[in-house]
Amino acid sequence: MASERVVIDPLTRIEGHLRIELEAEGGVISKAWSETTQFRGIETIVEGRDPRDAWAFVQRICGVCTTVHAIASIVAVENAIGSNPPEQARLIRDMVLGTQEVQDHVIHFYHLHALDWVNVPSAAQADPAKAVAFAQAIGSKWHGNQLDRFTSVKETVAGVVASGQLSIFTGGYWDHPAYKLPPEANLMAVSHYLDALEFQRSMIRVNTVFGGKNPHPNFLVGGMACSIDPNASESINQVQVDQIKGWVDETLAFVRDCYLPDVLAVMGVYKEYFDIGAAQPNFLAVGLAGATYAGDPATSRTTSAITGGVKPGLLLDGDYATVYPFDPKKISEYVTSAWYEYGAGDVGVTPDRGETKVKYTGPQPPYTWLADNPKYTWCKAPRYDDKVVQVGPVARVLLAYAQGHARTKELVDQAMAAIGFTLPQLNSTAGRILARAIEALTSAEILANETFPTFVKNIKGGNIDVFDATKWEPSSWAPSQSGFSIVEVARGNLSHWLTIEGGKIKHYQAVVPTTWLAGGRDAKGQQGPYEESLANGKHPLVRNDAPLEPLRTIHSFDPCMSCAVHVLDPAGGEGFTVVSE
Amino acid sequence: MPFESRGWQDETLGENLERAGVSRRDFLTFCTGLAAIFAAGSPLAQAVPAFAAQPSPTPAQIADALAAVKKPSVVWLQLQECTGCMESTLRSGGTTVEEVVLSLLSVNYNELVMAAAGEAAEKALHDTNAEPHILVVNGSVPLADGGIYCTIGGKSAEQVLRESAKNATAILAVGACAVYGSVQAARPNPTGAVGVDEIIRDKPVINVAGCPPIGEVITATIAYLLTHDGALPKLDAEGRPLFAYGQRIHDSCPRRPHFDAGQYVRTFDDKGAREGWCLYDVGCKGPSTFSPCPIVQWNLKTSWPIGAGHPCIGCTEKDFFDRYTPFYNVLPQVPGLGIEATAEKVGWGLVGAVTAGVALHAGITAVRHAADRRNAEAQPLAAFGDSEPAQRPASDQNQSATEKGAE
Repeated sequence: MASERVVIDPLTRIEGHLRIELEAEGGVISKAWSETTQFRGIETIVEGRDPRDAWAFVQRICGVCTTVHAIASIVAVENAIGSNPPEQARLIRDMVLGTQEVQDHVIHFYHLHALDWVNVPSAAQADPAKAVAFAQAIGSKWHGNQLDRFTSVKETVAGVVASGQLSIFTGGYWDHPAYKLPPEANLMAVSHYLDALEFQRSMIRVNTVFGGKNPHPNFLVGGMACSIDPNASESINQVQVDQIKGWVDETLAFVRDCYLPDVLAVMGVYKEYFDIGAAQPNFLAVGLAGATYAGDPATSRTTSAITGGVKPGLLLDGDYATVYPFDPKKISEYVTSAWYEYGAGDVGVTPDRGETKVKYTGPQPPYTWLADNPKYTWCKAPRYDDKVVQVGPVARVLLAYAQGHARTKELVDQAMAAIGFTLPQLNSTAGRILARAIEALTSAEILANETFPTFVKNIKGGNIDVFDATKWEPSSWAPSQSGFSIVEVARGNLSHWLTIEGGKIKHYQAVVPTTWLAGGRDAKGQQGPYEESLANGKHPLVRNDAPLEPLRTIHSFDPCMSCAVHVLDPAGGEGFTVVSE
Repeated sequence: MPFESRGWQDETLGENLERAGVSRRDFLTFCTGLAAIFAAGSPLAQAVPAFAAQPSPTPAQIADALAAVKKPSVVWLQLQECTGCMESTLRSGGTTVEEVVLSLLSVNYNELVMAAAGEAAEKALHDTNAEPHILVVNGSVPLADGGIYCTIGGKSAEQVLRESAKNATAILAVGACAVYGSVQAARPNPTGAVGVDEIIRDKPVINVAGCPPIGEVITATIAYLLTHDGALPKLDAEGRPLFAYGQRIHDSCPRRPHFDAGQYVRTFDDKGAREGWCLYDVGCKGPSTFSPCPIVQWNLKTSWPIGAGHPCIGCTEKDFFDRYTPFYNVLPQVPGLGIEATAEKVGWGLVGAVTAGVALHAGITAVRHAADRRNAEAQPLAAFGDSEPAQRPASDQNQSATEKGAE
């Protein structure tokens, strides 16, 4: 059988615009190209502006991982100008990052990913009583597992299906043989899909108390704008502390009682996906989720209060026991397959310098195929010491496991025993999903048991300052300064790099988790992780017109395409130009 | 707490009414009342083909046509954007996203939440585009270089938008990008990003502004269409619904008395900040921003930006990333006028185009606050029980005005 071309565009249930082009033959995928089809140029736009404003611009890189670019930006600016945010401000940022990360993971599993595994119309066939029994059997203690609730959800699904107007379920691959869950599991999952909508709406209010809104809360270089005063009605006081306590407890309960049990049950049914979707076995992380460094982890303090003892490092070449030290200077980016060019040619360029120009060589839209051209994406290809590495929850869980982080080790060991897989099999479609849920639980526990109680204890002790005013005025800054930050955010390792001259941003750059994962081929021909996970004749694709299996694998990375695309501006300030051929 | 179906179980309105125990007789009585409205040529009458040729349908004809009405179909595009507007929609506690996608509407195409991908998603889009539908757009349209900066299914964002707008019965541009281009349209706008109403000129576009808009405002704008027979809400000169964007933040801000009293936060986390004083002096753009933030608030009425101590950055206004930056610089003062008049002029000076609709706002504001007006020489009001009058003397306020005037 000759190989056939398959295009998945739009690749839905992700942030932004991703196109996957495949060649498939005999039920497996032989070649894959990961193609990001949106470009905005936000780093170009912040140049020449007040560094204290940068967070608001770069926060708009992404509204799904909202907050993370803002925090990375203010920490990088603080690193450059020498500002020292007080401990309470740093704890507030940790709580914002922690709640954002858990919320992001929950939305990813239920609202972006679950429909690849859960057959919604099948839920209309379920016996609600059996669904309650199923939930009990998998150890879900979630309070939403009630007969009347499941009955009501079944009626809702049946109504939508019977109406013939399927709304967001229109065109789903509901007759695909790869759906394997029994109807009662599907009903439970749809019910939890709706519960998770309620949950994310409620718990994210931690962001609102501190940042005034979500998405896109407000932040401040030098600290936070939300004052704390236990004896003032217009500051954070006992009222907000009590509210936050409730939302933090709610967060822990949902992850522990609903999300993690659901993931264990669903991945247990789809156990073959622990052998599908492996990418290069190299992993990079600077700590547990939420770990934040102002500058180089080797020389600067962590700005996050709780590290769990997990240090920055790498796992290389499938060795899951040896942790190699992390050196930010070894990060470089290639534009071999991306619509840019470097003055220095097809080489890797470090994020703190660069000379990138847009060079679009693709077809004018509308088009039907991109991958015949060596350049086929707006996403660059970052490499560490010229190696392709994976970032994200699976990298963090593996790094924490290798460094003996007790709670991570306990949860991973339990999952391996329950489902029956080995540690290297976490490098898989199912492994990435499971690692995300395990990490959500450790993050929720740290939030509930360490970060929040420390914050409250500090208030009791009179430690309430949230702003370092000494470096607010640009006149207090050196004439020329550079800084960077490294933060472990929901999708992986994020770094922001900038240079300030004369009080203005001269150069700004972000190296983003999805860039690490979604980038294309480099100068050596090494594929990016998305491509590697699909290609090479190992990944199934049973029906070319219903590409459910590759959707499962790409979704397991939790793509965030608006984050992925960024552009270096010439240090000399040549500005943005398009060179077309 | 949990989502409950609102009763649209069967295919048509008629079947749903029957299910809910509404008799044909009662329904006819209801339709008799509608007959006069239809005769007047309501948007619904135009939307129902059966009425198009017959200007004065009988109640029985109305009942038959309405009973066959299905849930409105929706195409919800995401063009050049960050998905923050969809996330805000997920957060809406008014009409929830569950109600929108499962009960009220048939959202046949939305990339963030739809099950289908690739060809199956494109088919859902194509089929829905072929029929009358509501079009919601998140994101801007990058026009530079032939539209290469945002493509979906191999088509440029402009192509996708034009195809979906053709048969749309109502168009909502949701979010700062769809309304004005927003962050990617900020200097130097490398991709040539523009808002929806710069492309779609033959139909009205409802501009739901904000970065992102409040979730409740997004879903309420949709619900407005459903509860008003498809009629558009009243809009301001910028195309924004008056029910949400009718007031400046400054006029509904709970910190307004501190502005009037000359009580300003001078530095973040100072005493004034802890007391909830006015953020004007640290750059608040509330005086020139129309938004319901103080009223509706955010995330189930938990707080809002000024309530959490940060100045408003003016995200519901045109080109705020260029015109309101640096964000922490104070709005320019116009010396010699009263505080309210000053803010008034400043606001409109920044907003730029003073149109008839906008002038109406200004007029209403001026009347409402006429009694509060004081000139710069007047003493600010000391609060009852104020133990520290030295914190907010008139001289402080005047000094501030002089400093700002000198900038």
